[in-house]
Amino acid sequence: MNVKLAAAGFVLWSTSAWAQGFAGLGQTSEGFSDPTPGYSFVFPDDHAAHPEYRIEWWYLTANLADEHGTPYGLQWTLFRSALAPRATDGWDSPQIWMAHAAVTTPDGHYVTERFARDGVGQAGVTATPFEAWIDEWHLRGSSFDTMEMRAGGPEFSFDMSLVASGPLVFHGDEGFSVKSGEGQASYYYSQPFFDISGTLETPEGRIAVTGNAWLDREWSSAPLSENQTGWDWFSLSFEDGTKLMGFQVREGADAGYTYASWIEPDGALTPYANGAFRAEPLRTSDVGGRDVPTEWRVVLTEQGIDVTVTALNNDAWMDVSVPYWEGPVRVSGSHDGVGYLEMTGYE
Amino acid sequence: MTPTVLRALFSHWRRNKLQLFTLLAGLALATALWSGVQAINAEARASYDAAAATLGEGQFDQIVRADGEPIAQADYIALRRAGWLVSPVVEGRLNGQRLVGLDPLTAPGGLGPVTLEEGSDVSAFVTGAGQVFAQAATFAALGPTEATQVISPDVAPGTILTDIGVAQRLLGAEGQVQRLLVAPDQPLGQPSLDEITDGLVRQVAQGGSDVGRLTDSFHLNLTAFGFLSFAVGIFIVNGAIGLAFEQRRSVVRTMRALGVPLNWLILLMCFELLLFAVIAGAIGVALGYVIAASLLPDVAATLRGLYGADVGGTLQIRPAWWLSGMAIAVGGTALAAGAALWKLARMPLLAAAQPRAWALSGGKALFWQAGAAVGLLLMSVLLGVFASGIAAGFGLLASLLIGAALALPLILSAILSVARKLARGPVAQWFWADTRQQLPGLSLALMALLLAMSANVGVSTMVSSFRLTFVGFLDQVLNAELYVYTADEAETATFLQVAEPLANAILPLMSTDRSIASLPAELFSARDEQTYRDNWTFLQSVSQPWDVLARGEGVLINEQLFRRADLALGAMVEVAEGVTLPVIGIYGDYGNPIGQAIITEELFQTLYPEVQPTRFGVRIPAEEVQSLRTALKEAGLADANMIDQAGIKAFSLEVFDRTFTVTTALNILTLAVAGFAILMSLLTLAALRVPQLAPIWALGITRRQLGFYELCRAMLLAVLTAAVALPLGLALAWVLLSVINVEAFGWKLPMFVFPAEYLRLGLFALVAACIASAWPAIRLARTPPAHLLKVFSNER
Repeated sequence: MNVKLAAAGFVLWSTSAWAQGFAGLGQTSEGFSDPTPGYSFVFPDDHAAHPEYRIEWWYLTANLADEHGTPYGLQWTLFRSALAPRATDGWDSPQIWMAHAAVTTPDGHYVTERFARDGVGQAGVTATPFEAWIDEWHLRGSSFDTMEMRAGGPEFSFDMSLVASGPLVFHGDEGFSVKSGEGQASYYYSQPFFDISGTLETPEGRIAVTGNAWLDREWSSAPLSENQTGWDWFSLSFEDGTKLMGFQVREGADAGYTYASWIEPDGALTPYANGAFRAEPLRTSDVGGRDVPTEWRVVLTEQGIDVTVTALNNDAWMDVSVPYWEGPVRVSGSHDGVGYLEMTGYE
Repeated sequence: MTPTVLRALFSHWRRNKLQLFTLLAGLALATALWSGVQAINAEARASYDAAAATLGEGQFDQIVRADGEPIAQADYIALRRAGWLVSPVVEGRLNGQRLVGLDPLTAPGGLGPVTLEEGSDVSAFVTGAGQVFAQAATFAALGPTEATQVISPDVAPGTILTDIGVAQRLLGAEGQVQRLLVAPDQPLGQPSLDEITDGLVRQVAQGGSDVGRLTDSFHLNLTAFGFLSFAVGIFIVNGAIGLAFEQRRSVVRTMRALGVPLNWLILLMCFELLLFAVIAGAIGVALGYVIAASLLPDVAATLRGLYGADVGGTLQIRPAWWLSGMAIAVGGTALAAGAALWKLARMPLLAAAQPRAWALSGGKALFWQAGAAVGLLLMSVLLGVFASGIAAGFGLLASLLIGAALALPLILSAILSVARKLARGPVAQWFWADTRQQLPGLSLALMALLLAMSANVGVSTMVSSFRLTFVGFLDQVLNAELYVYTADEAETATFLQVAEPLANAILPLMSTDRSIASLPAELFSARDEQTYRDNWTFLQSVSQPWDVLARGEGVLINEQLFRRADLALGAMVEVAEGVTLPVIGIYGDYGNPIGQAIITEELFQTLYPEVQPTRFGVRIPAEEVQSLRTALKEAGLADANMIDQAGIKAFSLEVFDRTFTVTTALNILTLAVAGFAILMSLLTLAALRVPQLAPIWALGITRRQLGFYELCRAMLLAVLTAAVALPLGLALAWVLLSVINVEAFGWKLPMFVFPAEYLRLGLFALVAACIASAWPAIRLARTPPAHLLKVFSNER
């Protein structure tokens, strides 16, 4: 997931790469390692950073509700971007950290962004005990299954507790996730079974909320091919306890490359290769002058999925240094549920 | 039709080349002086802004250690991890250049050469040997570096920008930062500073760079000059246009009678003026560039010497400056031509076409002029008494000058009518009456002269007062005969060993940087020494301040700190962690940009035992200075680290005098423009005066005598104007010294009066008037009798 956000790292190298759309992501990765099939994950070490890969993230989204059932969404994301495949102590460490946090309510969307140098303690990720931090933001716990999370900005903040009620799941080929017909790939696993509770603070007030959260871990060195221009990523949780993660990496106006993971309540995962998963925009909205699809038809025939996915708040635009759309969604049709939608390449 | 009309219009200028010249020259001069001053100001401001943009001075609040020591990097990280959005700045000197290290990832927006938004090459900036950014001249002084040198004209002169890691490495200051910039928007739920770590204080942004504020006064003076010159130039243009339109009445009437629509005619005349404005504006901007380029090195030297502000010595052509120069030329023309065009638009088709000559202004216009003058002068009094702030100071200046200029013709007219009543004999009576008759035609030029002269009086009074005060201040501060700098403790010991037997007294100077009353300041030590008691004067003090100071029971502060922090005598000031002392004296400290405080040496050593004296003043009879220097040199001290009092004073005064090269140059230029205005007014009036002079000539006054009277008249008016200019200039000086200086610099200067200087200026004005009227007078003296006779034959 969130392939595009890897691009955030690239803006640090050169805008021209960014200006060429996402073509910059297709760069060769001199000196960096590339993901290969058959990798055996080692935990807790793999929860920490992999500086020999160009990009990596710890990406958490949550669908929440207060006591009256009003829906909310939140996002906590830490990105690592490497200028060179090594990490050292001191200011000259070539690793750069970026973080985004957001809270979406039915009427509002609050976003903030942070940057940090590696090597001086301002940001980083350690495996035991697990802690991912930047400034005063953190996602940490004695294990990966029980964590505390905090982030905030001038307008909002949140303090949350997370408890996992299911296992980690590995996308693609046992965690080797292909992103294009040309073989670009990443390592990709998720913890989609977090129960989450805590307090949101927004200009609308302090709100106690509960819900479920989905944490993605992904790292790679060159996840996109040259002609891929953006993507649409869905993580949907249905009322019967099943979950669906699907994305399409668009090539111009074409649907491009698609992939889906079908996740049973016990964590059993079925991968679906290119073409099985389909997502078509049903309606677009004007979001700050941009035409962004905010209602989709999502189909995975093999699992009998044919649903309409609608944004909770159309204005969930992430107005950060690398802008994109990310927000909570409602699901109806063959299955009902909630989820998160990320769309890039619409700016 | 249009080409024909244009040809007809231009034919006027073909016949009146002098008028065309006046118009173009007046406009070009006005534009030149204005845009020259603007160019200097813009260049200096660009330098300050570059410095401020680099360092975040003025834009952002800053966190520093209260004791002036560097902040531990660990404290920076602790602040970040507690939710304080702060960005570290490392600062130091490398080969005499200022090295500044920033962290582009946390720096508040738009700071430094590499920003995330622009997506510049952050990789090269933060990793490996890194990059350093500076102007080419700075690199030349710096020498080669391991880091890649990137020439960047936007960086402030004498400053090198680089990544924080590179700066720490180059300065050998790993793990330390000098200060933290506080981002304007901070997250919710942030703990207070002292909950995180001790010893840090937050300094509130002052809005605008410190240097910018300090030098404002200087630029204000320049701007005032530029504006004054522009006003004088516009007077000339207004005169030329008014006269031209007056003379073209008949042309206009004829063309309208031939069927040219009035609107079209006015439009074409506007086009004609626009053309002139563009031509004159271009000449003016080019001239302004020459003026600015020749004055800028002096200005740069001044700013560096007086305020420590670095300004590049070379002028860059900035498009905004070209545009503003052209705009001011076009705007000035519009201003000068507005009244004439308005009159033309309302003129009846068949109005009498003869020239109005210089008929006395109507009673109504005079009434309004008198009303406006009184109103403006009244307003200047009100502003002087009640208002405060720089804007009010300038309002006061403007209303005073314009009010006085408007009042001038009325004052002169009154004096002349009194003189006429006192005059005996027909020639004398005619002379006074005729002089008064000519006033309206000359009044614009005389107003220009008034402004130029009073500016001269005002500015020269200010400068000379400043100079006297400054010299006195140097005597007070530089009371030791020799100053010696030592490199380390060993050298200090050597120095004391050699100097102690020879010197009458040795005054060690110790200082430390410290925030006082939340303002950046320096804390100095003073030994209880007779020298200080003999030389120092205070603006305000308790009785026997040196005794109180010696007992360690008080602190002396400079005027800047006194005014900026609003500290009165007796106010408590923190001089070290937990040690507060009352203010017992306030001293003048001219030319110092920041606050200063002095405590006694014993107390200083107790509070700051780590500060070792490395600067010493040596009291020794003047004739023995040289032998002491020789002895110190033989003991191994570098001669470059010794400077005698005379050397410092000479240097300081040289810097001071260079400051006012600019002022003097502008003074002379303004006066020259006023002289030009008089010349042009007399020349344009000359032709119209022939019918008036012909009867006098016919009555037996020779042409030579007429010419002589003409010369006398110009000089008389110049003297009268000078008499009005003197009090006006003194008022101007008072405003500059007591209102504007206090607002801009933070110090007040005593005003001194220099009669000899004013007399010289009066003579200078007289000479200018004499030169300006000489040519018209000679022309008059040589008018062929036939011309004078024609007046009578034409009348018949």
